[in-house]
Amino acid sequence: MLPLAAFADFMQQIVSGLASGGIYAALALALVIIHRSTGVINFAQGEMATLCTYIAWTLTVNHGWSYWPAFVVTLAFSFLFGVGTHRVVIRPVEGGNVLRIVIVTIGLLIAVNGFVTWQWSGEQRQLESPFPSNTIDVGGVAISVQDIGTIAVTIGIVVLLWGLFRFTKVGLALRAAAVNPAEARLVGVRVTWMLALGWGLAATLGAVAGMLTAPSVGLDPNMMAPILIYAFAAAVLGGIDSPLGAVVGGLLLGVLLNVVSYLSQYHGFGWFTEELRLPLALGIILVVLLVKPSGLFGHAEVKRV
Amino acid sequence: MSRLGFVAFAAFVVFVAVLPTFVSDFKAQQYAYVGIYLIALLGLNVLTGYTGQISLGHGAFMAIGGYTSAILMVGNEQFGGPIGGGVEDFWTIPVAGVVAGLVGLAFGLPALRLSGLYLALATFAIAVAMPSAIKRFADFTGGGTGINLFGKPELTGGLTGVTVLGRQLSFNDWLYYLAWTIALVAFAVAWLILRGRTGRAFRAVRDSETAAVSSGVSLARYKTLAFGISAAYAGVAGALFAVANTYVNPDTFPIALSIFLLVGVVVGGLGGLSGLVFGAIFIEFLPLWAQGEDLGSHLPGFLVDETKKPGGPAIVYGVVLILLMFVLPSGVGGLFRRVGEAFTRRR
Repeated sequence: MLPLAAFADFMQQIVSGLASGGIYAALALALVIIHRSTGVINFAQGEMATLCTYIAWTLTVNHGWSYWPAFVVTLAFSFLFGVGTHRVVIRPVEGGNVLRIVIVTIGLLIAVNGFVTWQWSGEQRQLESPFPSNTIDVGGVAISVQDIGTIAVTIGIVVLLWGLFRFTKVGLALRAAAVNPAEARLVGVRVTWMLALGWGLAATLGAVAGMLTAPSVGLDPNMMAPILIYAFAAAVLGGIDSPLGAVVGGLLLGVLLNVVSYLSQYHGFGWFTEELRLPLALGIILVVLLVKPSGLFGHAEVKRV
Repeated sequence: MSRLGFVAFAAFVVFVAVLPTFVSDFKAQQYAYVGIYLIALLGLNVLTGYTGQISLGHGAFMAIGGYTSAILMVGNEQFGGPIGGGVEDFWTIPVAGVVAGLVGLAFGLPALRLSGLYLALATFAIAVAMPSAIKRFADFTGGGTGINLFGKPELTGGLTGVTVLGRQLSFNDWLYYLAWTIALVAFAVAWLILRGRTGRAFRAVRDSETAAVSSGVSLARYKTLAFGISAAYAGVAGALFAVANTYVNPDTFPIALSIFLLVGVVVGGLGGLSGLVFGAIFIEFLPLWAQGEDLGSHLPGFLVDETKKPGGPAIVYGVVLILLMFVLPSGVGGLFRRVGEAFTRRR
């Protein structure tokens, strides 16, 4: 049996794993929303999130706003940014070879990354955290308020989105446009606008992920690159067409990575170093793809011949 | 290939042969890299353009080729590995192709289960993990420091006084001729593979797997074969890349390389070979042009000023890439085909 102190340590790792997992989940959800509607993986998702986080940084640091107004304005900006991206950049290449859309998102990744460096320089910036940095004691386990806040924000956003998709007319139209664009159009859904709306929501989710990431790792133009790969892993783990899967996959991945690195640190598996976090996530992608490509919650693709 | 095609190919061979006589040594090196990228693109197009399997990880196969070549040349005894080295660079190139090709065949088997996006993500995962894997097996690969090939004249055939067209070759000229000779042979080989039965089977798999199977085309066989061929091409390109670079380390083959290879294939034109030359030029020169150098210096002054700032070149690069996808939906190769059809159409 584990000694109590070790148990407390372990629980702490789980909570902080849930917090980073929440961030992966938010970005994975963004990937899933776009994949369901546009049929591609948006490689620029991380960079778009970084750009939005810089907007929040400019508002709080350069213009002296307090955090939450800046948060809301950034979300509004990111929504418009996502919609605009779809209208201007993605729509012209939709309907052709999927690879064209992929290449366009890669172009977007490069251009947005360049723009961020050009506008704000490559220097690392510090975005303040909205949550105090102290810890609270829950049954002998010290849990950081930061982590709880991150988990709360992610849960809040996911519940809001779920409500939007499940209970509103727009949500129904969004789902219809993703599942069957042709028939949705026949019953009067404005499909192209719904796709743009999906891009807007995805960009908003990305912005949340970016703003939650920046306080702990520091804001720089390449901040989201590893997070994007964890989000890929989370989305694949949960099933790339399942929003629920993306959330569960993200949380699982966050906890798993933390637990493995904790165990290796304290129980003598010296081979697992921080360097191997990314390869471990990628290993998960490979194993899931080979064993069950549709992921934990996805539906196996059935093709009509 | 039509008669026009043969004439164009012959003219291109002549052009390639005389080009170094007219350009600087430095330019010759850049054009050598174009040849190296062309080899990798030819292979990737066999897989992606002709067989319809997207790979976002071909840089990893280049890394395997590059490391095979470097280890055969210098050996890895210095890091505690088993191989003594001492093989001349030219002879390591075919070995690199074979090793990468075998790895490609082995990877092709599990990849059979995957298609489209899933395959793209799996290959992407491999390419991202490659640098960490290279660092992990440091006694075989030299770890983060890598392997230095510089200053070992006995290992390269480049400086032994070869003359071409009455000119003694510098290292860069030799590199250029080596890369382009292999590239042109690779081009011819790819053309031969793709024009016959095998190429037809590849295209059948791409266009409809169901139809291909019902016509007796074995999916497993041809998908794996396509993976093997394209990996072998990437391995040869990687070996040349290592020789040209004169060193290899984990950052020599970053994930960006894999992504740019896919970009090069799409820009060059999926399902065509001649357009790939432009894909290779795009990979080698667009970053340079985007920095306002070379052709880029002809841009308006205020733009060139912006490209001198950090981040500026990336903006230009990304925007050019997006615009290219708008105006050339089927790449440069598609443009060729349309122009060719306009000239040869019979009324």
